[in-house]
Formats: sequence, structure tokens, C-alpha cells
Amino acid sequence: MKRKWRDFPIAAGMLTPSAVILGVFVVYPLVRAVQLGHLRCDATGKRCREGGWGQYIDVFRSDEFQHALANTGRLALMTVPVGLALGIGLAVLADKQIRGIGFFRTVFSSTVATSVAVASLVWFVLLQPQVGVLPDLFHSIIPSLKQPGLLQDPGTALPAVALSSIWASLGFTFIVMTAALQGIPRELYESAFVDGAGGWMRFTNVTLPMLSPTILFTSVVLTTRAFQAYAEVALLTGGGPNPERPTESVAYLIYGKNSLVKNDIGLKSSAAVLLFFVLLILALVQFRGLDKRVHYGR
Amino acid sequence: MFAPDLMGMTYCSGVAQVRLEQITKLFGDGAAAVKAVDDVTLDIEDRDFMILLGPSGCGKSTLLRMVAGLETPTSGDIYIGNTRVNDIEPKLRDVAMVFQSYALYPHKSVQANIEFPLKVRGASKPDRAAQARTAADSLGLGDYMDRKPGQLSGGQRQRVALARAIVRQPAVFCMDEPLSNLDAKLRGETRAELVDLHRRLDATIIYVTHDQIEAMTMGTRVAVMSSGRLQQIGTPQQVYAKPETVFVARFIGTPPMNVMPAGMFERGDALVGVRPEHLEITPNGGLPVTVRMVEQLGHETLLICEAAGTRIVVRQDAEAEVPSIDAELRLDATEAHRHRFDPLTERRVDG
Repeated sequence: MKRKWRDFPIAAGMLTPSAVILGVFVVYPLVRAVQLGHLRCDATGKRCREGGWGQYIDVFRSDEFQHALANTGRLALMTVPVGLALGIGLAVLADKQIRGIGFFRTVFSSTVATSVAVASLVWFVLLQPQVGVLPDLFHSIIPSLKQPGLLQDPGTALPAVALSSIWASLGFTFIVMTAALQGIPRELYESAFVDGAGGWMRFTNVTLPMLSPTILFTSVVLTTRAFQAYAEVALLTGGGPNPERPTESVAYLIYGKNSLVKNDIGLKSSAAVLLFFVLLILALVQFRGLDKRVHYGR
Repeated sequence: MFAPDLMGMTYCSGVAQVRLEQITKLFGDGAAAVKAVDDVTLDIEDRDFMILLGPSGCGKSTLLRMVAGLETPTSGDIYIGNTRVNDIEPKLRDVAMVFQSYALYPHKSVQANIEFPLKVRGASKPDRAAQARTAADSLGLGDYMDRKPGQLSGGQRQRVALARAIVRQPAVFCMDEPLSNLDAKLRGETRAELVDLHRRLDATIIYVTHDQIEAMTMGTRVAVMSSGRLQQIGTPQQVYAKPETVFVARFIGTPPMNVMPAGMFERGDALVGVRPEHLEITPNGGLPVTVRMVEQLGHETLLICEAAGTRIVVRQDAEAEVPSIDAELRLDATEAHRHRFDPLTERRVDG
């Protein structure tokens, strides 16, 4: 016991650098956000007063938060399954010993090096009704590409944002899935092949179960990303089109420049803290629900 | 006949003889191509337990994988029964394969693993369960049907892999070093069980190994390979008693045969090989050697000797008198125990 206390100054000294970094950048902002979350501020955002802890419940129940949460949920429902399916599909297609496959691997994983902001700008231009390439090519099939434009049509704005978001995270999914595929022993495929299993049976009986831990991991990451979607909303739609605002995500509600609560730092903080808990619960549910169906063993 | 045709879609049920005609397999192309199998012709009779024996990289696994349909020969023909199977998919070949790593599906139960080949063929659920049960019981796996492979020992996993092959009732079993991942004791036991299994199933087995003990104890016939080429085919006894090449002479038998340069052991221009157990110490005549090391193994004693830079090993009974290091001995062997090889082709020259 004595000895332990004698080591205390050295131990404290060694812990200080990481404790300071963690404290300044994680603990303090978190505590501050929770504390700000029960304040109400005036239109200038300068003068704030106590709103009471019940404000968290009020914000959660508010139409604005519920609307943004529903939008975000819809975005996740579009981006996660489609992103996973495309990532797995491309990874399986590229997991072959063919000459030149390296080129495709590079192309498929390239979006990992592209920031969401850049990806969003690319899609903004592609989908732009007047000058965009996609409206020019496909307006005869999908008229709303030109009039009023996918991002301007309240019915298609959210799927269009999802499209950009899927594209931006595809590289990540592809790389993770490719790595996981290379960890599957070849003999499993060969054994299934000799036993007469065709491509689809090998995929469902070998590939998918062997990928399951990676699929769980990736789906949690993609869901988290979808619930934090900000840049694509800010750059593509600004939460619009008005007045339906079908693309206003929770993150955009928190600090978007066209957000309804843009000046009230108290309400924004309380929405941010609520988003943190929503994500926490989602991740727990995903791990609980999928864990039983995931195989980790060798 | 064994191997009933499960779904009426196998080409080669019935007689399970396998014929390989002038098989060559190249990996890579152009000048960088590697010849893994070089012009191998091999007949495997119905109900043979054929061992493909050779050091690693000799092409034995590649040959087996071509029979199973996992590789395509660059040239030559493969027949199973009377059907040329070069272009026939594995599932229509009626061949089951057991892998060194067992290749069990880690996420499936033992039951589901064994049922898998039947499931692929669209057998009904009760049928699958009944056949899997029979196969599992015959290998003593009955109590483990609900376990996952990760919960089994190495030996049990190996049995599950065997059961998965048996359940298909294939015409030909291809086994690629199935015992190599087992510990020595279990390997010994499993050897005996595989021989028993071969008898019970009345099946044709092609078995790849680098372990000459497995080859000698299990095979009805042994095909020795080296550098992609077939060196010799025969019963284990024939291969041991009359090696066709220097390679076979040295590869089979522990410790290996002493192959001495021409003119050393006897007059003439042939290499002379004598097995360590066939060298006798004589008071006069024979080849003078110096004892360099003595290895007493309990049941036998090995004398490691040297003559003009050539290492010569002599095996003696444990009871024999042990010479001291650096002692001078004279060694001789009867005519029947001398193997003569051409120094250039390294092939056997006497009858």
C-alpha cells in the first residue's frame, strides 16, 4: 500500500499527457454539452437562462427533433443495406485472380480517399438539373432529374442524398470486405466445389457466414455514419427542399446554417446529447441482435 | 456395386477405376511456367488404396486435385470409370475430397457439415439426417452431432471430414494428407482405422502423403513421385524391396538406403545401394569403414560410418556389441541385398 503511494507522482506524471488530451477534447466538451443542453437562449444566442433538465424530454418530443430523427432513420435504412450489399458484391467480384484486377480494386476503394464534402460536391454537380450529366443522360427515363431535379423534389431528395452517401462510404466497405474475404480459407470453397455446390450455394454457405463478423462491424459503422450525416445534407440540400425539409438530419438540425434552432445553443446541445444516446442504444441493439447470428470461431 | 447414383446426375457411377494418361500440368505461362506434373500415366484399379508418395512440391497434390476437378490438366486425359472427365465439373465426377486442414464449415454443426453434400444435391431433410447419422455413427461421432467444429479435437474434426466424404457414397475418395495435422499417437491409430474403413467401404481411395510409414502401412499400391515425375508404382513391398530409381531407394526406408559411388563397394561401374539393416560386419573382406557416431535407440543401434567421404549407416540389433567411435570395421552384404543403379540415369540396372 505504502509502495503504491510512493509511485503516485510518477504514475500521475506519466498519465498527464493523455489525461489532458482526453479531458480537453472529450470529457470537457461532453460535460459542457450536457450542461448547455438544459439552457434556453435568446435569438442572439448570447443570453441564456435555465430551461430545466426537463428540456431534454421536451426536445426529444418536439416535432422538429422527431422529424429529423425520422429523416435520419430513413437515410440509414437506405444507406446501410444498400452500402453493405454493394460493398460485399464488389469485393466478391474483385476477389479473383484475374489480370488487371488490381486496377478495379483501386477504383472500387478510391472513395475512401475522398472526403464526404468532395463526394457531395461531385454528386451535386452530377445531379444539377441544368448542367448535370445524369439529368442530361437519363431525363427521358426519370423526368424529375430535370424538372425539378432530384435534390429539389421532396420525394427524391433524401434518396439522392443517400446515393451520394453510399458512394462516399463504398470504398471503406469494399476495403474491409476485401480484407475479410482474403481471410477465408481456400479449402472451404474447394471442398464445397467438389461437393457440388454452385456459385450461389458457396456464397450463402461459405462467404456470407464467414463474413458475418465483418458485416456486423461494418453495419454498426455505417449506421453510425448515417446518423451523423451532416456534410452531404449541408452541401446537397441544406436540409431542404422547403417546406417539407425531408433531408433535415439530426446532425443538420444541430448545426446546419438553415436549421430551425440555429441560434439556440441550448436546444442544439440538448439535441446533440440525445443523438449520442440514440446512437449508443442503436449500437447496443445491433450487437445484441446480430451477435447470435455471427460466427467468430475458427 | 458401391456408389449408388444419388440424383441420377453422376456420369461415372459403378466401376471406380481411375486412369491418368500422360498428364502434364503447367502453372503460369510462357518461359516462367512451372511444370508441376510431368507426363504421368497411372492406372488406379477399382477398390485400390493408392498412395501418391513424394516430398513436398513433387506434384502429388496437384495430381490429386486434377482427379477431384480442382485443377485442369494442361495436357493428357483423366478417366473415371470409362468416362473422360477432363471437362466434367467436380460435382458430376462422383469424387469426394478430404483436405489436410479438414475444411469444415466452422459456422455449421457437425450434423450440418456432414449433411452439406446431400443438401447440395437437394436430398430431403429426413433423408439427409438419416444418412448423416449412419455416416457419423460408423465413425463414432454420434454424440457430437450438435457441436461446432471449434468444439472438437483434431482427431474428431478429421472424422467429421471423413464422414462428410462417406455420406456421399462416392466412387472415389481423394485424400490430401488427411493425417498430417494430427499428433503422432493419433496418427498411428487413425492409420489403422482408415485401412479398416477402406475394407468396409470397398471404395477406391487415392491418398496423398509425404509420410512413407503411411504409404507402407495403408496402401495396396504406392506411386512414388519426384519433381513432377512418376518414379515407381508397385505394392509397398515391391517398392521397398526393388526400388526402380536411386530416388525411391533413398526415399523409402528409415534410415534411408546407403547408395555408394561406383567402384566403392564392389568392382563395376554401377552405383550400389544397400539398406542399413542389410550391411553385415565381417572380420575380413568387404568395405573398410570408420565408425563416426553410434546412436542407440533401444530396439536397435545405428552405426554412422564413413568411407572415403561417403556416409554409410549400419543398423544392428540392440543386443549386438557396440563398437567404439573411430573403430575400423569391414562391411559386406549378400548378393540379394545389393541394388545396382546406372550412375547417369540413376535407374535400376539389375533384374
